[in-house]
Amino acid sequence: EKSKTSFFGKLSKAVAGKSKVDDEVLDNLEEVLVSSDVGVHTTLKVIERIEERVSRDKYLGTDELNRILREEIAGLLSETNSGEATEFSVPEDKKPYIIMVVGVNGVGKTTTIGKLAYQFKKQGKKVVLGAADTFRAAAIDQLQIWADRVDVPIVKQSMGSDPASVAFDTLKSAVTQDADVVIIDTAGRLHNKVNLMNELSKVKRVMQKVVEDAPHDVLLVLDGSTGQNAFEQARQFTKATEVTSLAVTKLDGTAKGGVVIGISDQFRIPVKYIGVGEGIEDLQVFNKYEFVDSFFK
Amino acid sequence: MFDNLSEKLDKALHVLKGHGQITEINVAETLKEVRRALLDADVNFKIAKDFTNNVKEKALGQNVLTTLQPGQLMVKLVKDELTELMGGDAEGVNLSGNPSVILMSGLQGSGKTTFSGKLANFLKNKKTKKPLLVACDVYRPAAVDQLHVVGEQIGVEVFSDRGNTNPVAIAQAGIAHAKANGHHVVIVDTAGRLAVDEEMMNEISEIHKAIKPEETLFVVDAMTGQDAVNTAKAFNDRLDFDGVVLTKLDGDTRGGAAISIKSVVNKPIKFIGTGEKMDAIDVFHPSRMADRILGMGDVVSLVERA
Ligand SMILES: Nc1nc2c(ncn2[C@@H]2O[C@H](COP(=O)(O)OP(=O)(O)OP(=O)(O)O)[C@@H](O)[C@H]2O)c(=O)[nH]1
Ligand SMILES: Nc1nc2c(ncn2[C@@H]2O[C@H](COP(=O)(O)OP(=O)(O)OP(=O)(O)O)[C@@H](O)[C@H]2O)c(=O)[nH]1
Ligand SMILES: [Mg+2]
Ligand SMILES: [Mg+2]
Repeated sequence: EKSKTSFFGKLSKAVAGKSKVDDEVLDNLEEVLVSSDVGVHTTLKVIERIEERVSRDKYLGTDELNRILREEIAGLLSETNSGEATEFSVPEDKKPYIIMVVGVNGVGKTTTIGKLAYQFKKQGKKVVLGAADTFRAAAIDQLQIWADRVDVPIVKQSMGSDPASVAFDTLKSAVTQDADVVIIDTAGRLHNKVNLMNELSKVKRVMQKVVEDAPHDVLLVLDGSTGQNAFEQARQFTKATEVTSLAVTKLDGTAKGGVVIGISDQFRIPVKYIGVGEGIEDLQVFNKYEFVDSFFK
Repeated sequence: MFDNLSEKLDKALHVLKGHGQITEINVAETLKEVRRALLDADVNFKIAKDFTNNVKEKALGQNVLTTLQPGQLMVKLVKDELTELMGGDAEGVNLSGNPSVILMSGLQGSGKTTFSGKLANFLKNKKTKKPLLVACDVYRPAAVDQLHVVGEQIGVEVFSDRGNTNPVAIAQAGIAHAKANGHHVVIVDTAGRLAVDEEMMNEISEIHKAIKPEETLFVVDAMTGQDAVNTAKAFNDRLDFDGVVLTKLDGDTRGGAAISIKSVVNKPIKFIGTGEKMDAIDVFHPSRMADRILGMGDVVSLVERA
């Protein structure tokens, strides 16, 4: 909080009443943004926006500055993020609503699924989990433990079986049980491994044999401490599976996750959730203003 | 986004080409590109700044060698400086104990459990040791199962105590078991933890104090961004670790975190992880890593083109 005031304080002093932002302030802003993993490209974009704004709206008061800075940064997210949502929700017209969770190794996919299942279950929805990570050591056991914690059914096969077949079974079972939400876990994979990326496309295709427009949501999980490589992750997973939303995890640490701003801007994918811990309740609906504010803390 | 430095420097080198000497202006121009490339590679903001300032001093301090174009000199300066920053050639792990105890530490999901298996496999096959894996992650769902599966894959015994929620006690019991059963090396897998989690950081300090490992390794994901410095520093402050393991280098990340970590804690990077399988482990090579961060497959070819 202290450094936050001091940063905004500095900014205000340097900009208030002027029609041009001086270089020292812009350097400061650059440091804050780059250090939050926003990346050089997006940072320059933000700085341009601020400069434009200041030269257009001349003689800005101190109070307006906070707002403008937040607005301009959050603005990169605005077209795809309403920023108003506070509830976990799924569209009522898809039943079951099918979420496929993808991402590179160790980002928090399985944990996020456990937390999401908990949120939906709390709303009285009938949730089914599908254990389509049949590769990583004890991945199925891990999801099983989450299923038990939340008390929802899980569909699984043995380790090493075909993930597409698990996803198929899960959808079949969910339809039979008249479930509201299905969440499919997948094995972590690096986006530069062509075979593994093709496997994901296949999982998706096979699901469509049961529910024509499945999956309704392809949730790409990004680790909040990941740097610029997250861009390439978003690009390649989008290519393979048409990612429709993002979750950023591990924001309970000191990492800021700023790289998602550029990603959301460039790929037009909304950020839906943030992970803020390992506990069952540690998932929040994304709020872009709080997110941007965290850079200045 | 991932234009490599060669391309960028090529562009900047146009400024230099034809000039007989390195002037302040063309140095600044080139170094701006270098700095940006470093930031795109996730080198920490402050470290990238210091780095380019250092190179600038050196560049301005040097008279142009007659055999070299200024551009060549510049590329060489950058590359040498980076390699030097990254430290000497890889050092192995300390196996002088009886048994030698190796403690893993790091953030959640960085690859500790997988690397514990890889290291055990490496020591078993390459150094004909008899390792024991000890399961001290009492939090993550199925963490103990995961280590058992890994142990089975590589034919290495795993010590666990499922009823016990005290990792210090489990680690100590594991070492006692190793002594009684003639294991040369004990690899202690621990839970992932954030540097800001006071309770969990205390826990790993306690484990560290109790078992006095010959070797403490900090396992870090090569895709880590600007936060790498904070985390590495916090773990080092608590554990004074002996080396770093950089995982997931089979991806296409530049891995600039490697420089950041090296500069901030000055500990050697010992191993790299290059896949999910048990044999995907390699020793660290500073000069290869420098090339990777700069995106220069081949500095020579760049210089030839310039
Ligand atoms: N601090 C913190 N830890 C998290 C968060 N989300 C997940 N984790 C931890 O990160 C580690 C990896 O999480 P998983 O859910 O297994 O990740 P994954 O993407 O399923 O991993 P793979 O299946 O191996 O690719 C675990 O130790 C989790 O407890 C979070 O929001 N905050
Ligand atoms: N591609 C690739 N994946 C890796 C590498 N090392 C580990 N992984 C994967 O990364 C994920 C996390 O690895 P773990 O070994 O479970 O990580 P951890 O640090 O023990 O995680 P926690 O115990 O939850 O903190 C798994 O999916 C591993 O298979 C590597 O070098 N390359
Ligand atoms: Mg998983
Ligand atoms: Mg582990």
